[in-house]
Amino acid sequence: MAELKLEKVRKNYGQVTAIHQIDLQVKNGEFLVIVGPSGCGKSTLLRMVAGLEAISDGDIYINEKHVNEVEPKDRQIAMVFQNYALYPHMSVFNNMAYGLKIAGLNRSDIQKRVHEVSEILEIKSLLDRKPRQLSGGQRQRVAMGRAIVRNPALFLFDEPLSNLDAKLRVQMRIEIKQLQRRLGITTLYVTHDQVEAMTLADRLLVMNAGIAEQIGTPLEIYEHPQTTFVAGFIGSPPMNLLQCVVNGHQIFLEKQALLGIPPSRNIEKPSVVLGIRPEHLVLDPQGPLNLTIDLVETLGADTLVYAHLGRQRIVARLPDHHKVSLGDQMRFTIPPERANFFDVDSGKKIAAKFS
Amino acid sequence: MVENRPISRYIAHGILIIGVVITFLPIWLAFVASTHPVDRLLNDQMPFWPGDQLLENYGTVLSEGMKKAGGVPVGTMMLNSLIMALAIAIGKIFISFLSAFAIVYFRFPFRRTIFWMIFITLMLPVEVRILPTFEIVANLGMLNSYGGLIIPLIASATATFLFRQFFLTVPDELLEAARIDGAGPMRFLKDILLPLSRTSIAALFVIQFIYGWNQFLWPLLVTTDQSLYTIVMGIRSMITVGDSEPTWHLIMATVILAMLPPVLVVMLMQRQFVKGLVETEK
Repeated sequence: MAELKLEKVRKNYGQVTAIHQIDLQVKNGEFLVIVGPSGCGKSTLLRMVAGLEAISDGDIYINEKHVNEVEPKDRQIAMVFQNYALYPHMSVFNNMAYGLKIAGLNRSDIQKRVHEVSEILEIKSLLDRKPRQLSGGQRQRVAMGRAIVRNPALFLFDEPLSNLDAKLRVQMRIEIKQLQRRLGITTLYVTHDQVEAMTLADRLLVMNAGIAEQIGTPLEIYEHPQTTFVAGFIGSPPMNLLQCVVNGHQIFLEKQALLGIPPSRNIEKPSVVLGIRPEHLVLDPQGPLNLTIDLVETLGADTLVYAHLGRQRIVARLPDHHKVSLGDQMRFTIPPERANFFDVDSGKKIAAKFS
Repeated sequence: MVENRPISRYIAHGILIIGVVITFLPIWLAFVASTHPVDRLLNDQMPFWPGDQLLENYGTVLSEGMKKAGGVPVGTMMLNSLIMALAIAIGKIFISFLSAFAIVYFRFPFRRTIFWMIFITLMLPVEVRILPTFEIVANLGMLNSYGGLIIPLIASATATFLFRQFFLTVPDELLEAARIDGAGPMRFLKDILLPLSRTSIAALFVIQFIYGWNQFLWPLLVTTDQSLYTIVMGIRSMITVGDSEPTWHLIMATVILAMLPPVLVVMLMQRQFVKGLVETEK
């Protein structure tokens, strides 16, 4: 059981800043997922919490205890690595027992603990095997077992599922979620896979280039992205980001008037980025958005329509099947309450909602 | 990978057989020679099949040695060689393992410099640095001692380098997992690095044992005391015995005996090699 608090945490490698000042609070028992493209600093952040990476600036607290200078073993954490990092020469039992042995537990306690945990993870029959005799999924379980056995206050996962095949990944994802619920251990989980991020997280931290772009529940992040980066990163296909021109109280896309801006609202700049999710575009023969179809993907439950207007590319997700041929024209409406507006220069959301 | 056509198989086998004959024939002749009385060997026709003097010849060299060559029993010389070879092999592995560990896993000032210094100074073979080394050993009063035989040869750049390369292939995550599990550096060394290095240690042991066993020039320089003679220099001194004919049957018996320990080491360690090749995963 633990709360984790990061205050103005930074990481520099020489001249390069890998992480720019991140503040974060993780509540007791919360599952927080850090998601971002590769090289955004998410693993570095996790390793700083683990104590494997020095902290250049700022403070990390686990349960109110300042842990900047505390050795990894004394932080009450357990970590699951991307490649599992099982000790190849030790049996599964010894892999799980190693930390306990060093901690000085006696034999029977170790036995008991390992057996309990292997029961939970259903790896009891594997205890005598060596890691190389295990399949990917089994190794994953053992790696988790080694983490759980230590009875940590904080679980750290570093892209634990990226070495598994797609089917196993889905299965393990569900198991990790259930296990975390059951054990109620505060968890920090790093991934670049947005499906993992959306499904696992209680809250999400979206990172880009060492900056925390947004922290929030998966739905908040999906519905109300605070920056164009988040809008373009979360969702598949991602949110359409359209370069629009503001003229008076009208927004124009490629010289077509799209939306009126309500008088309550002022966009001061002459241009704006309009964000709209593919599924929020509404097919409407009278609609202002007249698109030329480039490509259609029929997915069964719905249809993805890739289209363009001038230089702008737009994706729409339409429910059910649609008979569309390439080069056709289709008209859409943008429901004003679904539209997000972002500043052209900073990429930040322009506050205030329509309606 | 290999084509399984009969012709190519015959060719492959043919080449291998030729190779075996070329390497094995001299050994066979040495063995044959060691089983005959000396006068048969000095006649014009070298016998090709073993004679009846096997036990006598080997008994002689093991118990009395050769009178003309100082009469040091082969048993003593082999023991000396064994002590020297073992100490060199084990000592080299021990020291190199620790220094490679320091170089790879610890950050200290001039780490690279120290690594390259080790590398450069020891890249010179024994023969090149033999005069200064002798000087040092003599000044330290280590002539005619096991210490003098062993210590100057005990550090190895090759082994350090090999261990370093091996350590670099061990995934960092293992170290990190061990750190989270609470293992300190020496514990990591003992519990994880050492077991993982088993096969490289076996390989190095074989190489270094044979290197130590075959040392010739260095023991020749530092030992004048016959009780410290090693087998390889012993053979040499048997051949150069003034005017008289060399006693080839005894020399050959000694040669065969001198060959046994390295052969034994290779054969025993070979299993480890094969195992190491199968267990590629780290």
